[in-house]
Amino acid sequence: MSEVIKHEEMLISVISEMLNGMSHVAVGASSPIPGSAALLARANSLTDLRVSMLGSEEHNIFTNGGTELFDCAAQGRIDAFFLGGGQIDGGANINLVGIGDYPDTKVRFPGSFGSAYLYYLVPRVILFREEHTPRVLVPKVDFISAPGSSPENVNRPGGPYALVTERCVFKFDKKKARFRLESIHPGHSLEEIVEMTGFDFDKPSTISETKPPSSDTLKLIRGKIADEISETYPAFSSKLFGA
Amino acid sequence: MTKHFEKVETLVSNIPDSSKIALAPDYSGCPMEAIRKLIKRGVTSLHIIGVPSVGFQGDMLIGAGCVKTIETAAVTIGEHGLAPRFTSAIKNGTINIIDGTCPAIHAGLQAAQKGIPFMPVRGIIGSDLSKHRLDWIEASNPFSESEEPLILVKAITPDITLIHVPLADSNGNVWVGVRREMMVMAHASKKTLVTYEKLFDGNLLSEESMAPGTIPSLYIDGLALAENGAWPVGLFGNYPPDENHLEIYMDMAKTDEGFKEYINEYVFEPKAAE
Repeated sequence: MSEVIKHEEMLISVISEMLNGMSHVAVGASSPIPGSAALLARANSLTDLRVSMLGSEEHNIFTNGGTELFDCAAQGRIDAFFLGGGQIDGGANINLVGIGDYPDTKVRFPGSFGSAYLYYLVPRVILFREEHTPRVLVPKVDFISAPGSSPENVNRPGGPYALVTERCVFKFDKKKARFRLESIHPGHSLEEIVEMTGFDFDKPSTISETKPPSSDTLKLIRGKIADEISETYPAFSSKLFGA
Repeated sequence: MTKHFEKVETLVSNIPDSSKIALAPDYSGCPMEAIRKLIKRGVTSLHIIGVPSVGFQGDMLIGAGCVKTIETAAVTIGEHGLAPRFTSAIKNGTINIIDGTCPAIHAGLQAAQKGIPFMPVRGIIGSDLSKHRLDWIEASNPFSESEEPLILVKAITPDITLIHVPLADSNGNVWVGVRREMMVMAHASKKTLVTYEKLFDGNLLSEESMAPGTIPSLYIDGLALAENGAWPVGLFGNYPPDENHLEIYMDMAKTDEGFKEYINEYVFEPKAAE
């Protein structure tokens, strides 16, 4: 087995570590890397971690149709979820709708999905967007599909926990409503991250390097997880793992 | 009474132009054969509702000029990329978009299902979505001692739900299994039209294991057999998506001309599904 770690494998491992100790992780649309991370966390879990993956028949425990994910979240029965964004800003506001003056957007994205709900209700929402450039990580999003924080009178037990990109991990500071750089992936630098990030963020005096997956974890990702994720994301699995 | 139609063409002739029509996402029950027949007929000015999102069927209807308005939480074709005809229609301003979020669409249908005017929904407050939704109202939770804002979503009553399901019986009952969003859609809609994969030998309601996943014929207005009727999108528990064909679609639907060629080949002069 090649020990050259692909960046997707690195991201799967990083996200998976954020799911330690969770008991129910849900995965939404178009999320092959978060989906793989949830399956990896389940494979490593000492307890009984449940994964509910949208679009999967094998890795899905719901029996009440499309509403059950949302009902479950509103009751506090989902611990972690993933969201992305065509644009994400420094206040963790996410835009899944488009660029330009809505509704006359110049660039149209698929749409908000369940973000305007799950972002409020799931305690640990991990933002994931591979592309880390100033066009994605912007000072202010053009359209707020879901805000990063809310006034106190709004019922909001959930919200952003971290932002994972191809270059680094940010943690979200709820009190300040700002991101703090947590770790930098091997091969990347602070200067590069500052240059490629359109928003301002906090920089602790010492910033660690993101820990790559162990060889056991890599083996698990390339075997069991590659196989399990291929049911829902066949193109992703075959491209990455040749499965 | 539930009507059994010999042909999918005749079933979809019950969908007038300008209908408000509820459709399921690609992982649920997509009536692709019925969509092709609708396009062939030249249906126009549809208001389509993604419950809570739509995929290829929405993109095809939009590309063929059948859609005036789309109300959805997203238009997504998953791993294949951005929905090409939807993206182009928004850019050119040829369709109206009513952007929603999944639970609000489900809640609107649930309100209609219960025969009540609205449903309160958590979240949403502070999102730009609500600025553009005149059918969502911010109100205060009347049961809360402190001031707590909530969004009220108006009931959504589609004229027609159009779905494809694995099984139906000769009494007009249809089986959706755990894909129960289709049950809510049928309950909420004025009419439900169904294509089905196989005829169930017996009565779905008298089988204890099948009845909980069955929509009774009370809600079903018309049915037609359509084997492989969800192709090229898959059907849960039956067959996976035809990824090669979906790639062909993605390639051809990049441009308006390419999309026209696609529908000429697969809608107007259909080749048999492999």
